[in-house]
Amino acid sequence: MTAVTDRQKLSYIAQQAADARINVELETEGMTLNLGPQHPATHGTLRIVARLDGEQVVSADPVMGYMHRGYEKLAEVRTYAQITTLVNRIDWLGSFANEVPFILAAERLMGVEAPPRAKWIRTLLFEMARVANIGLFLGEMGLQVGAVTPAFYAFRDREFVLNQIEAVTGGRFHPNFDRIGGIKDDLPKGWIEETKAVMVKMRDFCDEMEDLLLGSEIFAARCRGIGVIPPDVALQYGLSGANLRASGIDWDLRRDGNHGLLAYDELDFKVWTHPDGDSFARFWVRLQEVREATKLVDQLCDGMPSGSIQAKVPRIIKVPAGEAFVSTENPLGEMGYYVISTGDLVPFRVKIRSASFNNVSITPWLLRGVYVPDIITILGSLYFILGDIDR
Amino acid sequence: MLALHLAYWQETILRLVIGLAALLGLTGAVVYLYLFKFVSFMQSRLGPMEAGPYGSLQLLAEVGKWLQKEDVFTERADRFVFAASPFVVILSTFLLFVVVPAGPTDEVAHMSNSLLYALAVSAISVIGILMAGWASANKYALLGGLRAAGQLVAYELPMVLAVIGVVISAGSLNLQHIVAAQSTGHVFGWSGIGNPYILTQFTGFLIFLIAMQAELTQTPFDMPVAESELVAGYMVEYTGIRFLVYFIAEFATAIGFSAIAATLFLGGWGLPASWGIGHEAMHVVGPIVISAKTVLLTGVVFWVRFSFPRFREDQLQRLAWKFLIPLALGNIVVTACLKVAF
Repeated sequence: MTAVTDRQKLSYIAQQAADARINVELETEGMTLNLGPQHPATHGTLRIVARLDGEQVVSADPVMGYMHRGYEKLAEVRTYAQITTLVNRIDWLGSFANEVPFILAAERLMGVEAPPRAKWIRTLLFEMARVANIGLFLGEMGLQVGAVTPAFYAFRDREFVLNQIEAVTGGRFHPNFDRIGGIKDDLPKGWIEETKAVMVKMRDFCDEMEDLLLGSEIFAARCRGIGVIPPDVALQYGLSGANLRASGIDWDLRRDGNHGLLAYDELDFKVWTHPDGDSFARFWVRLQEVREATKLVDQLCDGMPSGSIQAKVPRIIKVPAGEAFVSTENPLGEMGYYVISTGDLVPFRVKIRSASFNNVSITPWLLRGVYVPDIITILGSLYFILGDIDR
Repeated sequence: MLALHLAYWQETILRLVIGLAALLGLTGAVVYLYLFKFVSFMQSRLGPMEAGPYGSLQLLAEVGKWLQKEDVFTERADRFVFAASPFVVILSTFLLFVVVPAGPTDEVAHMSNSLLYALAVSAISVIGILMAGWASANKYALLGGLRAAGQLVAYELPMVLAVIGVVISAGSLNLQHIVAAQSTGHVFGWSGIGNPYILTQFTGFLIFLIAMQAELTQTPFDMPVAESELVAGYMVEYTGIRFLVYFIAEFATAIGFSAIAATLFLGGWGLPASWGIGHEAMHVVGPIVISAKTVLLTGVVFWVRFSFPRFREDQLQRLAWKFLIPLALGNIVVTACLKVAF
């Protein structure tokens, strides 16, 4: 199931050969450790079956599907307007971001384009979902390596972002706010100023995380050089998002794709990469991404165009026959919807490409030869959401 | 002091009861003060607020909850060993506590080499933890138990070596003598604050604190119970009253070690002799002084615990063997040289 790869595997074989003589005399029995499906470190129901030799992992396999909810099948019996409610629950920490690529795909099939203000508000909420989602990761990563306190700070400050999202959409977690051809409502009065104040808070939070975790020698000792993904391997396994950028590959769909679909073309932002590819790099890249996202929110608040928020669409939406694939740079990585329509009220087939599934599928390759505590560091730094793996 | 003449057995029982009450009372106070409130404020939350005024009776509620929980055994557990292990661990704590002096004669058991005894009995808990790890018939518990064994054995050594500096300075293995030496000592001829060994043995104090943190298996040395990796390590199968005993043991041991550290480095129950407080009065003042110092040091334990990430097992061993032990040995050599020179 794993690709035959290179240096790590070869070194493993060499090590086994070198140990062979000792092993003949001191034969030790391996142990199979079953991490999950109920395990505090997998935030959800991912199961990792690890063969251990002492504390060293000989092989590890992720077992997915404990939370499979059949969204692709459910989408086939729902109208396009109803599907946003479903897909909200895929990556439940950055819910709004799940709706956007689906709506964009439907719009592409219908040949509708949202007015500029709708696009900007979409992008705004998209970036706020990113701040809420990855902001929580920053604290969670501390929890995975044993520091309890950062997680509380993350939950505390994420609440401010969720409050702002709630003020617009009415839902903290599941906004269900995106509509074909626009968005449901306009921004409330005074919201822009409040949001900019919250973004200042989130930047402070990033500084705090930098002090607490990046500045800690123990954190560096736990994360530096742990779970190194070389760029070519990252590409082979189809990683995306911060996991890919932490391996030094400069690829971000906000900048490199979807021209004209969202407001990113008119914004000024930097895509952060890190050459190391280890857990530390993944944390670092995400930290920078939260900072960059808060700045993006500021820009979006400042430059918000006026005008309509809804393009003209028929009252009963029937999508013309055809196929469309749209993917966006979601908080967890590239998320795409392949929608096939036969001209009906409901889609014929929806295929969801979610980032976490690919990000987790590298674990058998990555976990070989590491120690048990490193499993948790690596899983934490790969950052997946179970709903995003199992759909 | 008291105009009572008790038989030896009566006196011993009285001392035991008072000692036990002091230990449990202090443990409760520390759990409320640090685990519930101090940490809550660190983590920008309120902590328990409902049970009792300002949540102060929360611990009673928790104890009540644990007491009524079902006593669960794993199917393949070694029942006797599994059941006995928490009590072995807490026994180690109680045995440690009996020699901590709280006043001129106020200790549960008089011993001439009480420091040696304290360091010896504090190691008993390893056996209890290994018992728990093995008897639980759980892989997480086994990993946790083995990690704990390796860790506690590794950190016993720097701890003992750090203490030797104090022993050389005081010239005694008796905790009472060490307290007296700090109380009557002087710093460069000035006896205003006596000579608490934290001044002359600061390296030893730091090593002792680090080793103490590891012995208590608190973060950053909490791999045996690492909740994000091993769920709860060797405690994973325990519920109800046995978990409660483990819980008490964890914090009571923190108190016990802090009390030993306070006695060795902060002057224990003693106040500087130059302050001229009478011998009789110290029976009353002494327990307050040692309790305050102990609670203060326990605060450091919890402060560190909730501030830092966790080491990995091999990094922890490296810290002990390659850094702390050489440092402690160097400390002994320097202390011995200075002792001879002055």
